[in-house]
Amino acid sequence: MNANSKRMVLLRQGLLAVGLLVLVMPAVAAAQEAATEGYLPTIVKQSWSFAGPFGKFDKAQLQRGYKVYKEVCANCHSMKFVAFRNLSDEGGPGFTEDQVKTLAAGYKVQDGPNDAGDMFDRPGKPSDHFPSPFANEKAARAANGGGLPPDMSVLAKARSDEKRFPQWLFNAVLQYQEYGPDYIYNLITSYGKEPPVGVTCPTGNYNPAFIGTTPCLAMPQPIQDGSVTYDDGTKPTIDNYARDVSAFLMWTAEPKLEERKETGLKVIIFLIVLASLLYFTKRRVWSNVAH
Amino acid sequence: MQGHSTYTPGTAFERWLDRRLPIVGLVHSSFVSFPTPKNLNYFWTFGAILSAMLVWQILTGIMLAMHYTPNDALAFASVEHIMRDVNYGWLLRYGHANGASMFFIAVYVHMFRGLYYGSYKEPREVLWLLGMIIFLLMMATGFMGYVLPWGQMSFWGATVITSLFGAIPVVGQSIVTWLWGGFSVGDPTLNRFFSLHYLLPFMIAGVVVLHVWALHVVGQNNPTGVEPKSTEDTVPFTPYATLKDIFATSVFFVFFAWFIFYIPNYLGDPDNYVEANRLATPAHIVPEWYFLPFYAILRSIPDKLGGVICMFGAIVMLFAVPWLDTSKVRSANYRPLYRWFFWILVIVAIGLGWLGAQEPKDWYVFISRLLTAYYFIHFLVILPLLGLIETPKPLPPSISEAVLAKTGQQAHA
Ligand code: HEC
Ligand code: HEM
Repeated sequence: MNANSKRMVLLRQGLLAVGLLVLVMPAVAAAQEAATEGYLPTIVKQSWSFAGPFGKFDKAQLQRGYKVYKEVCANCHSMKFVAFRNLSDEGGPGFTEDQVKTLAAGYKVQDGPNDAGDMFDRPGKPSDHFPSPFANEKAARAANGGGLPPDMSVLAKARSDEKRFPQWLFNAVLQYQEYGPDYIYNLITSYGKEPPVGVTCPTGNYNPAFIGTTPCLAMPQPIQDGSVTYDDGTKPTIDNYARDVSAFLMWTAEPKLEERKETGLKVIIFLIVLASLLYFTKRRVWSNVAH
Repeated sequence: MQGHSTYTPGTAFERWLDRRLPIVGLVHSSFVSFPTPKNLNYFWTFGAILSAMLVWQILTGIMLAMHYTPNDALAFASVEHIMRDVNYGWLLRYGHANGASMFFIAVYVHMFRGLYYGSYKEPREVLWLLGMIIFLLMMATGFMGYVLPWGQMSFWGATVITSLFGAIPVVGQSIVTWLWGGFSVGDPTLNRFFSLHYLLPFMIAGVVVLHVWALHVVGQNNPTGVEPKSTEDTVPFTPYATLKDIFATSVFFVFFAWFIFYIPNYLGDPDNYVEANRLATPAHIVPEWYFLPFYAILRSIPDKLGGVICMFGAIVMLFAVPWLDTSKVRSANYRPLYRWFFWILVIVAIGLGWLGAQEPKDWYVFISRLLTAYYFIHFLVILPLLGLIETPKPLPPSISEAVLAKTGQQAHA
């Protein structure tokens, strides 16, 4: 047997191995389904302006999302890693620095101690971080029926529907990284649904999108149609609120998303050109050697 | 290093230096004139890819350490500070986190390459042992690095894995307390893990030097497994291997860049964006993907101590592979039976990896046990027996003749 047919054998074996894997895939997926008895959240994927290799945030959407956060979610949820100044950062909601100054001054921020040793409140400055609605975890739980509203800074990266086989393989190729906003959108829009027979929530509220062991979470429906006034003509519906605040939370979790994707495109094009040039150089050099 | 150096010091300074420290000659004989089998395929470029990844991890790691705070109250926030306020901090962090995964992808390809082509056989046993030491150090480094961002998976992963030492009879619990520096994973644990995570990569670099030294004493194996017989069979490392390695590394970095820039959190666990909380155990504690096959082995054994022994045994056993394989033929291309068992092992390893990520319920446990048993049987029974019963195919007389048979042209080096 010569080396060429040996290479073929190697190739055939490799293909066979892959083939076997592909064959067992449906079986594995089915078995996986069978093994997870009980509750599975229902999360429907949405389309987002920031998805994909050229994705960018929609500035108007982020500004609306900020308004929803500020007027509704901020009553319970903190966002401690985000500073007011970030709102005017490149790749963000695109507020001007003056707008940020005014907007920060609308918050009361605790400072101190002063020369007398006392803590005092003062208007916020752009360099301040968003103040938290509760003094501490105990206070937050006490006000929310025992539930703790999680900090929202990176919440959009902290929840994901279980990555199922073989879906996660396709997720890598399709660059699916929007599981966070998909989840938050579904969570906010899935209140008020009729639970299936036999499912009750002795504590908490029924929500079939909730990622947990049961479809019951401590957060009551946070927002209704018309709760927040939009100034740009967008319809004030739960659906729009949920979409906008989810996009805003993706930005708070991933403020450098645009810079990352833009840099990535340049780096990948550079690497592909480099690799091509190297390939032809390598071929040239090896052309006088049988190998 | 084998007297094949063709280096002659040119300038007066080089001659002066060569009589005092012949370092230029050393580099020349190791990376320029070093004879490389001319029939190597792209699986042989993963050594270079690994070296590039090690340099990448050390560089990004040092820069991260300039902004990171190893304190249980501040660590999570300092990582967010890197992501938000440090210039290109997101690139450093995503580059380092995904870099660890790329490092392991490369090392697994490198090791399976060794298993397929019998690169561990005489006279390359020490080369293999040094590789295994690197692999162990890499696992320790990866494990401790994952604890540093101090998310939920950091904390609970560290708790689960360090608690394994508690299975040791009598002294187990004292060892665990000693490892933790307290009665649970906490600030002292985080501090020592940071210190060691900084130290170990430099130890890896040291063992890589030994690994490359051993390689250059015995020379590279090749797809035929037949040693080079004459200068016809080899080409000088530079420019031939150098160019091929750089080309392959740049292709690997395209793959790597896809992860950094487009799916940076794909290989991570969302729970690690929740700050560590000792009062809330996550529903599902999973280690990083590259530990999953070993984690599956651990969980497949009903007894804690037994599980720990099997898990570490699964790794330690690999040290003995040069002596477990009784076949004199290196390359699986000429081993009609071993070839099949090799691919079955690959599938079993992937299967174990998948099972390691599932909840240990019902039939998962059963399949895990089956695959775990097979994994051990492969190395302890099949590998020794195959060499005795298999009739290998005839080996080509030399690399050049194998190449000739393939290309049908006049081979000349
Ligand atoms: C009345 C207080 C309150 C308000 C207002 C509120 N939340 Fe919540 N939220 C909670 C509590 C309490 C939890 C914890 C739920 C649990 O763990 O069961 C929570 C949890 C969440 C979660 C995480 C669920 C999970 O998977 O753990 C998300 C996402 C969320 N809230 C989004 C929002 C958004 C978006 C808004 C604004 C539109 C908002 N919340 C407004 C109290 C509130
Ligand atoms: C930090 C990790 C590592 C680095 C940087 C590294 C580097 C290298 C380099 C540069 C080579 C020569 C090029 C090649 O043949 O691929 C090599 C060869 C080799 N390595 Fe590694 N290595 C690492 C880990 C390992 C591990 C974990 C093993 C397995 C136990 C291993 C086993 C081998 C063997 C057997 C060879 C000789 C291959 C042959 O010539 O066929 N290495 N390594």
